[in-house]
Amino acid sequence: MNLNLILQLALSGFLLGGVYSLIALGLSLIFGVMRVINFAHGEMMVWGMYVAYTILLWTGVDPFFSFLVSAIILFILGYLLQRSVVNRILDFPEAMQVLPLVGMAMVFENSARLIWGPDYISPQSKFALSSISLGPLTIDTPRLMAFSIAILITVLVLVFLKKTDMGKSIRAAADNRLGAFLVGTDVNKVYAVCFGIGTACVGSAGGLLVPIMPLSPYIGAPFTLISFIIVILGGMGSLTGAMVGGFIIGVAESIGPEVITNIFHGLGVDLEFPHTMKQVVSFFILIVILILRPQGLFGGKKR
Amino acid sequence: MLSVKGIEVFYGDLQALRGVSLEVNQGEIVTIVGSNGAGKSTTLMTISGIYKPRRGEIQFHKETIHPYPTAKIVSLGIVQIPEGRQLFPTLTVMENLEMGSQFPKAKQVRKESMEWVFKLFPRLEERKKQLAGTLSGGEQQMLAIGRGLMARPILLMLDEPSLGLSPILVKTIFDIIREINRQGTTILLVEQNVFHSLSLSHRGYVLENGSITMSGTGQDLLKNQHIRQSYLGL
Ligand SMILES: Nc1ncnc2c1ncn2[C@@H]1O[C@H](COP(=O)(O)OP(=O)(O)O)[C@@H](O)[C@H]1O
Ligand SMILES: [Mg+2]
Repeated sequence: MNLNLILQLALSGFLLGGVYSLIALGLSLIFGVMRVINFAHGEMMVWGMYVAYTILLWTGVDPFFSFLVSAIILFILGYLLQRSVVNRILDFPEAMQVLPLVGMAMVFENSARLIWGPDYISPQSKFALSSISLGPLTIDTPRLMAFSIAILITVLVLVFLKKTDMGKSIRAAADNRLGAFLVGTDVNKVYAVCFGIGTACVGSAGGLLVPIMPLSPYIGAPFTLISFIIVILGGMGSLTGAMVGGFIIGVAESIGPEVITNIFHGLGVDLEFPHTMKQVVSFFILIVILILRPQGLFGGKKR
Repeated sequence: MLSVKGIEVFYGDLQALRGVSLEVNQGEIVTIVGSNGAGKSTTLMTISGIYKPRRGEIQFHKETIHPYPTAKIVSLGIVQIPEGRQLFPTLTVMENLEMGSQFPKAKQVRKESMEWVFKLFPRLEERKKQLAGTLSGGEQQMLAIGRGLMARPILLMLDEPSLGLSPILVKTIFDIIREINRQGTTILLVEQNVFHSLSLSHRGYVLENGSITMSGTGQDLLKNQHIRQSYLGL
């Protein structure tokens, strides 16, 4: 087994995991507060990617700055989506909440296809090919940047929730909706802001991913799925769980195929575990965790 | 100050209130007594704007308020301390109190309000950093009242504040209610603890099956034969 290769993969998976954490944080925040699963999460991330890509194309401004614009636009989209659709279905049975949001996912996906076309694009940003070496390991600069900014955003969101009046109102409304109404909170506004923050998280994550992976209108659904897996294994509604889960899945997806191939070889089976099947690894981990801890890693107690 | 005029409230097809009318005047303590399921909580929730009456009207200082959202009603000074407290368990005691004072007028005097609350309930100050969910039942009731006071209510409505508390705590809570009233807040109280609540009230109403069946001063109601039989078991 090539230990250096595994370490290298683990490192780059860990860095990507920081972005996964941010994506899952958005989904978990929305679920934790409104008990609604944003099935359009990945598709909204793709919108964040295209916004940053368009800015790069038109102005040359690097996605590592323009992710802020992605965040703002996705905040607005999320806010409006909550007001127009999500707020109307909050009291519906869960099965009936799925359809409108899956519908929204299709709207986002197909409108992205209409606006930006169906092809895969790999935009070249300034940092795209640079890297830093760290002993035997190399770190892609774009990944390191994406990781650092994602962590920074995550910390800012957590501080916002902890310290500001709006943040406290969001936590209060998550704790007790009736109580929030009775102390005079404009709960509908708080929900819309919260949904906007959740989609701004995934939008900025989208911007950060532009230099790292090719974009197309169709890559949203797998991201919805992966963030869903992360949130479940971390514990539904637990922000800590979402963050830890992001790193677990980031690393697992990255080293999983190599490790499994090595195990195959060790057993004398001449098989390559293909990288395209990395989601199998995520599902496997999800299943193992759910068998051991059905409520997820940090589930059960709130936050 | 508050006048409720013939409100009818439905849960789907079930009629919970069948034309409830009552008045609360400035400075009073008014109690609504009635057995389980009579519609007491529904009445308070409708005044708070959580439920909307199908017929009837609610006025506060002559202003029709029942179409308003709850946030607007709270900012007018009508604050409810609900049955079951409805605290925010994962927020600290301080944060719960802050949540009680979030619209501009209350926010301006947040510090003073908090000092006032801590003076009424020194226990809360000792535990201000603690999560609300970890408080004892009595402390939670104190926090619920404190959170309501943070909004600087003109009319404070309390829904069964003595429920589930030990006799000593019940007395403490009723003493506090009297004290809050003495300092100028008008009180609308809902209770199953008929003896205690009527004793400290200026006036009372009896609610049965969604209708007001009797009203009078606290002392008159306490002497009433029907009340003594049905609610006091005398
Ligand atoms: N959310 C609800 N949905 C349906 N029926 C309700 C609801 N809340 C209360 N009720 C019914 O309305 C009536 C009045 O209830 P409530 O106002 O809670 O009475 P009280 O506070 O006097 O015990 C009862 O018959 C109760 O079963
Ligand atoms: Mg009740």
